[in-house]
Amino acid sequence: MTVGDGALDLNSESLAPRSSFSLRVSARPHSVRHVPWIIAIPSLAAAAAVSIPLAYIAIRAADAGVTSYLAVILSRQTAVLLVRTLLLVAGVVAASLAIALPLAWLVVRTDLPGRAVWATAAAIPIVFPSYIAAFILVAVAGPRGYLQQMLSSGGVARLPEMAYGYSGALIALSLFTYPYLYLLLVVSLRAIDPALEESSRSLGMGRWRTFAFAIMPALRPALASGSLLIALYTLSDFGAVSIVRYNTFTVSIYNAYRALFDRTVAASLSTILVLVTFLFIATEAWLVRRARPVSASARAVASPVPLGRWRWPAIAFASSIVFATLVVPVATIGYWLLHGGGRGVSLAISLREIAGNSLRASLAAAIIAVALSIGPALWATRHPSAVSRWVDRIVYGGYALPGIVIALALVFFVSRWLPLLYQTAALLVIAYVIRFLPEAVSATKTALAAFPPLLEEAARSLGAGPLERLRTITLPLLRPGLLAGGGLVFLTSMKELPATLILRPIGFETLATRIWSATGEALYSEAALPALVLLLASAVPLYLLVIRPALEGRSRA
Amino acid sequence: MRSVPMVEVEHLDVRYGSVVAVDDASLAIPRGALAALVGPSGCGKTSLLRAIAGFESPSSGRIMVDGAVVAGDRWIEPERRRIGMVFQQGALFPHLTVKRNVLYGVRKRADREEIAASALELVGLADHQDRYPDQLSGGQQQRVALARALAPSPKIVLLDEPFANLDASLRQRVREDVVTILDRAGVTALLVTHDQDEALSIANPVAVMSRGRLLQLGSPADIYHHPATREVAELIGEGQLIDAAIHDSVLTCCIGSARIAIDDGPALLLVRPEDIVVVAPSEGLPFGKRVHRHFFGHDAIDEVLLGDGRILRIRRTSFSDDEAGPLHLRLRPKSYVVFRDGVPTGGALVE
Repeated sequence: MTVGDGALDLNSESLAPRSSFSLRVSARPHSVRHVPWIIAIPSLAAAAAVSIPLAYIAIRAADAGVTSYLAVILSRQTAVLLVRTLLLVAGVVAASLAIALPLAWLVVRTDLPGRAVWATAAAIPIVFPSYIAAFILVAVAGPRGYLQQMLSSGGVARLPEMAYGYSGALIALSLFTYPYLYLLLVVSLRAIDPALEESSRSLGMGRWRTFAFAIMPALRPALASGSLLIALYTLSDFGAVSIVRYNTFTVSIYNAYRALFDRTVAASLSTILVLVTFLFIATEAWLVRRARPVSASARAVASPVPLGRWRWPAIAFASSIVFATLVVPVATIGYWLLHGGGRGVSLAISLREIAGNSLRASLAAAIIAVALSIGPALWATRHPSAVSRWVDRIVYGGYALPGIVIALALVFFVSRWLPLLYQTAALLVIAYVIRFLPEAVSATKTALAAFPPLLEEAARSLGAGPLERLRTITLPLLRPGLLAGGGLVFLTSMKELPATLILRPIGFETLATRIWSATGEALYSEAALPALVLLLASAVPLYLLVIRPALEGRSRA
Repeated sequence: MRSVPMVEVEHLDVRYGSVVAVDDASLAIPRGALAALVGPSGCGKTSLLRAIAGFESPSSGRIMVDGAVVAGDRWIEPERRRIGMVFQQGALFPHLTVKRNVLYGVRKRADREEIAASALELVGLADHQDRYPDQLSGGQQQRVALARALAPSPKIVLLDEPFANLDASLRQRVREDVVTILDRAGVTALLVTHDQDEALSIANPVAVMSRGRLLQLGSPADIYHHPATREVAELIGEGQLIDAAIHDSVLTCCIGSARIAIDDGPALLLVRPEDIVVVAPSEGLPFGKRVHRHFFGHDAIDEVLLGDGRILRIRRTSFSDDEAGPLHLRLRPKSYVVFRDGVPTGGALVE
């Protein structure tokens, strides 16, 4: 299950089928008799913690009886919702492909002037949460937006409606999620042995045919994994689609839960959303499994393709993307800050508290997720078996499930079985852990793959038991991976919106919820400062943990 | 007690799913010996080694170390077997210095400092003790790996292709160093290698494996001169098995005849490249045309095509580049191994 490799995991096995991964580490399965209890018990505990609330949502949906369940599922509204959601997913994936594939190819394989700068600039939009992106889109291109104001003074009466509805959702989501695909493609293109391209050329294939028949097949895993990431992001997105008023599953679930207080409808819709999600994951897994592993041993770099007179269109393409995804948002937030300074003092004080809430909850989630990731990651990589594969699938469940579904599951489960936890910050942390545990597990697995199991065997042959090996060998060597995984969980928890909206205790505000409430009233300047704090807090670590490793390749290993 | 072998493997099977990696292997390694397991890659030798170490669990059979069962009726975890390992890649702990690598196996002993110092002394790296593994050459890393394995005074040291990752120029020296160190430490050792020259030159006994089966265990000379099966004969020393016919105690084949005391019928004669000599042309001698020469400097292997279409490999120690015309061949006088139905059957004497 390649999905396994979490949302932001761009430098790990996700690019190659599992088989090549296990071949690289060792030619044989490790049939050591038992899985040490020190691995098995925490892993099973993590799997149980993740799966019990999730299973409960299905029970809750069935509570009201099969008839009302079927009534929701088979209704016309649900069918319309499904079509609208799938149309958006298809559009966002297609648009992201159209942006990411040419960009990745330009920065890796051509003599585009200033390649390194474009390479980084094109990855940066990943730091914008979708709700900030949509908010900026509405502010800039909405009916009374800045663009309209500028054009009105120039005589243009009316812009086409594009900030709201389908086009708005499409623009906001594809312009700010394409980097997931772009980074995976950059890594893959870098890893392709230049000999592949050269032998194709020497066999008489032109550049285009070489790209189609030699390069594209090698990119297939990255294309599949990247498209899945974007599809899942779109399916689970709540903030952007709400702001641009395009009704999808997440919005309907939220409304059903909030406005109607009808938990059956919310639970039934959630089960459909989960089903669609698993369908996507299964498709991706099938596509990746069909792809043959590509030899990625080469150190050599193929000589760049000269662009010639295509250089100017290429620069125009890259700069228009960077203008739309970087210059416009940054300028907009800057403008808000300059023109909203009036509310300064009182806001700054409460901002400190809000930022503190975000920070503490995210930090707690990061620490717990990292601690929980060690067992399953060790089990899956060092003692693979049927049981470990199931544990793996379960701990990756959160990655497959939209935040809103996890939040609802927790609400239902906790209000019935653990009322003490209801309306506590702890429940919020639990939701973050379930949702983002896959990122920590992926980072830990990547770190484990970087050093061979031989080291643990060497320690064994020198008389070290399981606990001792973990303490003296495995954990010290894993430290960079654990830090990276923790960093990712921290960042994504900071940005998380729908689960935070549903689960936060009354009066508990985070940066994400503050931005959200400001968007509801179009109080741009009020959103500016929290947005800036969130972006700054994300930008540096995201650059260090995700963008730079992907762009630089894995030379350090 | 002295007579009990250090390691005994009895009817061992190792399986991965439906793949049989080791098939009914039995062997005994005497105390103090440097033994070798040799065979082509994928023959199961590493699986057998890892089973002895405890990293693979056998599906049936028994392993005893120093007279005590470690796998079979009961299972001893690898960390309690007191078996040292030296891996192909060294597997030094990258986050620990050389000294702390060597200390790892003796960390609970009171005299650990002295043990580590003398282990490093033994491998000649006492002055590198504060370096990290990535600051050492490949050969130095392997010597540290050996010092680390030796420090806890294991009952046996297992070496898994320890020289395979080294450059050819370095390999010979590190190999000699390791043999000297093992010898000085007086420890029993089992080396796994695909390189038969390596196995035959440094180890005794040598075990030959192929396709999961242990074919023969014996001294290097034994294995070379008295291969127990056709496979051993072909694997070791470029053996060529030549069709022969026996009639009235005389064996005849394409390059000569010999006396042999077995019943009439077909047989196979084991001829190595150095068994065939090129002689002055003479009536009645088999001859052939050279079709290829593998030049090694100190000698060469010529491929000679005989009249019946068969190609023989012949080791030449003195030769010239401009030889023309047919090469006349003759078997060196000695006793040759003859196989019938896959088993060695008597010797054929060429005079």
